[in-house]
Amino acid sequence: MSAAVEDQDNSKMRSVSVDLNNDSSLLIDIPDALCERDKVKFTVHTKTTINVFQKPEFSVPRQHEDFIWLHDTLVETEEYAGLIIPPVPPKPDFESPREKMHKLGEGESSMTKDEYMKMKQELEAEYLAVFKKTVQVHEVFLQRLSSHPVLSKDRNFHIFLEYDQDLSVRRKNAKEMFGGFFKNMVKSADEVIISGIKEVDDFFDQEKNFLTDYYNKIRDATAKAERMTRAHKNVADDYIHISSNLNDLSAEEAATLKMYLLKVVELFEKLRKVEARVASDEDLKLTELLRYYMRDIQAGKDLLYRRARALADFENSNKALDKARLKSKDVAIAEEQQQLCCQKFEKISESAKKELTSFKARRVVAFRKNLIEMAELEIKHAKSNVSLLQSCIDLFKNN
Amino acid sequence: MAAEREPPPLGDAEQTDFRELEDGEDLFISTASTLESSPSSPEPASLHAEDISTSNGPKPAEILLEDDREDLFAEATEEVSLDSPEREPILSDEPSPAITPVTPTALVTPRIDPVMFERCKEELEEEANGDSFDIDISVSDPEKTSLSIFNKKEFSVKRRFSDFLGLHSKLASKYMHIGYIVPPAPEKSIVGMTKVKVGKEDPSSAEFVEKRRSALERYLERTVKHPTLLQDPDVQQFLESSELPRAVSTQALSGAGILRMVNKAADAVNKMTIKMNESDAWFEEKQQQFENLDQQLRKLHTSVETLVCHRKELSVNTAAFAKSAAMLGNSEDHTALSRALSQLAEVEEKIDQLHQEQAYADFYLFSELLSDYVRLITAVKGVFDQRMKTWQKWQDAQAMLQKKLEAEAKLQYANKPDKLQQAKDEIREASPGWEGKVQQGETDFKQISKTIRKEVGRFEKERVKDFKAVIIKYLESLVQTQQQVGLFFFLSFVKDSVE
Repeated sequence: MSAAVEDQDNSKMRSVSVDLNNDSSLLIDIPDALCERDKVKFTVHTKTTINVFQKPEFSVPRQHEDFIWLHDTLVETEEYAGLIIPPVPPKPDFESPREKMHKLGEGESSMTKDEYMKMKQELEAEYLAVFKKTVQVHEVFLQRLSSHPVLSKDRNFHIFLEYDQDLSVRRKNAKEMFGGFFKNMVKSADEVIISGIKEVDDFFDQEKNFLTDYYNKIRDATAKAERMTRAHKNVADDYIHISSNLNDLSAEEAATLKMYLLKVVELFEKLRKVEARVASDEDLKLTELLRYYMRDIQAGKDLLYRRARALADFENSNKALDKARLKSKDVAIAEEQQQLCCQKFEKISESAKKELTSFKARRVVAFRKNLIEMAELEIKHAKSNVSLLQSCIDLFKNN
Repeated sequence: MAAEREPPPLGDAEQTDFRELEDGEDLFISTASTLESSPSSPEPASLHAEDISTSNGPKPAEILLEDDREDLFAEATEEVSLDSPEREPILSDEPSPAITPVTPTALVTPRIDPVMFERCKEELEEEANGDSFDIDISVSDPEKTSLSIFNKKEFSVKRRFSDFLGLHSKLASKYMHIGYIVPPAPEKSIVGMTKVKVGKEDPSSAEFVEKRRSALERYLERTVKHPTLLQDPDVQQFLESSELPRAVSTQALSGAGILRMVNKAADAVNKMTIKMNESDAWFEEKQQQFENLDQQLRKLHTSVETLVCHRKELSVNTAAFAKSAAMLGNSEDHTALSRALSQLAEVEEKIDQLHQEQAYADFYLFSELLSDYVRLITAVKGVFDQRMKTWQKWQDAQAMLQKKLEAEAKLQYANKPDKLQQAKDEIREASPGWEGKVQQGETDFKQISKTIRKEVGRFEKERVKDFKAVIIKYLESLVQTQQQVGLFFFLSFVKDSVE
């Protein structure tokens, strides 16, 4: 199944949300995307006034793996150790609607044609929603980079945006991927060692505790929110079946009851559209919000980890220096090493403090915006439900 | 579907774009003020006004249900109030008189008194205590007209579930074979019963008890709405007398129970073998209609049951999310956001309650109505079958008469006077002779056809009324729920902006 996202839809979304693209010197968006089987091909479009680039405007096709490559290169760049690297967008996951579509196909014989068509439409809409979400999350990743004062200047980032050949040459080959996997394992072992180090700075001590705890809570909240929105969607779908059954029932009925039933059929049709909107709004404003910040908090934790590693290195270099002084051997080298480690540590600490503070502000603003919007939408939907129901009831009572 | 972007990270250049939020500040103040000043703001304000005028405020679940009961049965005959409970095991060893079916020799002519129906109310409340499951109903009759049937206007009796079943079995055996549609009683549920007996304060056993209570109430209500059945002495005894003989024959494994099962099987076989010459198109049409209606109702019932299930799931998931959001709020170190998250958790908790109540309504109003009618239609089909049986009896009598007439003619030619006389007696003189039997068969058939026509007409009228009433009730429950949802979210807004 292939689908394309319209340009105007995207620009409408941008005007409503908080704009990441305020710096007009580098504007990035994903105006177009194609879905083939399991692979999604994004068209990354850049508009820029920066001279580093060869052209003022250009587009390149990119795959999800390219985004992963870009993210990992940034993470591995020493210079950025003190920055929060925006979390890598998750792999496009069409599993859920695909499974449902499969089940629908199996149950086709037990439904009327009308019912089947409606369910199919719903599933196609769900598929499209997943698609839009994945486009958006990839876009946001790039836009966070482009609006970051340091990261936007990264050479690999520019390559990603500009290089019009296939990036797979530069991407991790199998060996490197395994290397990445082992690196993660080493990292978690490291984390255990590092957490034993005494934290000198109150700010970071607090942040560490906060982020660890918050991460667990937000991960749980994301999972529960997802289950809740899914259940909501199920209820909306049930209305389709009920509406269709009532319709079949009304065909057999005498005039008086028939009119009633047909009105109820109509009503349920409208109601279920509203319920489906409630479910998808909840999904976008709540579940997606929680999910994104869960990943962002992980990125924050990663930053803390890198700082802790630098601290460990610093302490080790101190020990080495002491040892060298004791032995009066290679003191100069040890001193130099210690200086380097100290500088590195202090640089990371300073940068991390800034990043974490701004991260908190960012998080608070995003939560506030989304929660308010969700509440507004819930009110709006509840009101339309009420008016639909009330007009139907009044019609019945007056007859 | 607006997708959300984040604001850029606070770099030095963007400092001016942001209002730094300090911990003490409230999260929603600025938004609330924009709400009031912006042109689209009348929305929240009008919602507020609407809600005060139309909704009765959040009701606790039990009151809502009571209102439902009263409105549903506005046209029923008797009012019921609660009495003190009784503890009795449902299976006992006491011998009790066997209930034998009564065949009336004369047909009962129904006397319909419209006044009585409009003014009476029936309510059924019950209590199940401890290990044993006992339904105590109190029946009170607040009618204004002097009804000769009942002695008092308001009265209560205690009845057990098996009493209801006994009543139904009596009525069915008296009336179904002459064409009356007798409302079916709720079914026995061994699983449900054992759960109640074993589990003490289990919520699922409370649910089972409530389900049964509600079903019995509807059963009685339908029974007494039927003008003929109301006149029946068994019904009156059931409603009035303080002690009822124990209906042992309703137990599934009793002798009478097994006999019933055998009869049912025999009937099913017979039905397949009877090929009736339907001279009356009306019956053929109606039968087809009821067959279709049966199928459609069953499908709809399944869909509604799925809805009930999903809504319960939604309620559970919402509650889980509410708890999770509360914990997240506790973790949050930014004060205003922490408060906002806690409020979200509170709202979601309330919404979970709403989902539960809605699932209740889904079930008790919508789903149970449908399952009642599926069973009622089975009763209607049974009545049609009875007509077929009556026709068969008539045909059999006719065939027998034919045979006897032929035999008589033969005997006439054979000139055997005493045998001839015997044959003539069999045909004409005996009471009932075969001629008489044929006549009776025809009369019976015509009568049952007439009764069925009337009954079906009454049934259809009742059904339309029932459906309409329940649909309205159900939609009103949905309105209530939605209004509350809107209200809860709105209040959480207002609360934030005030603080």
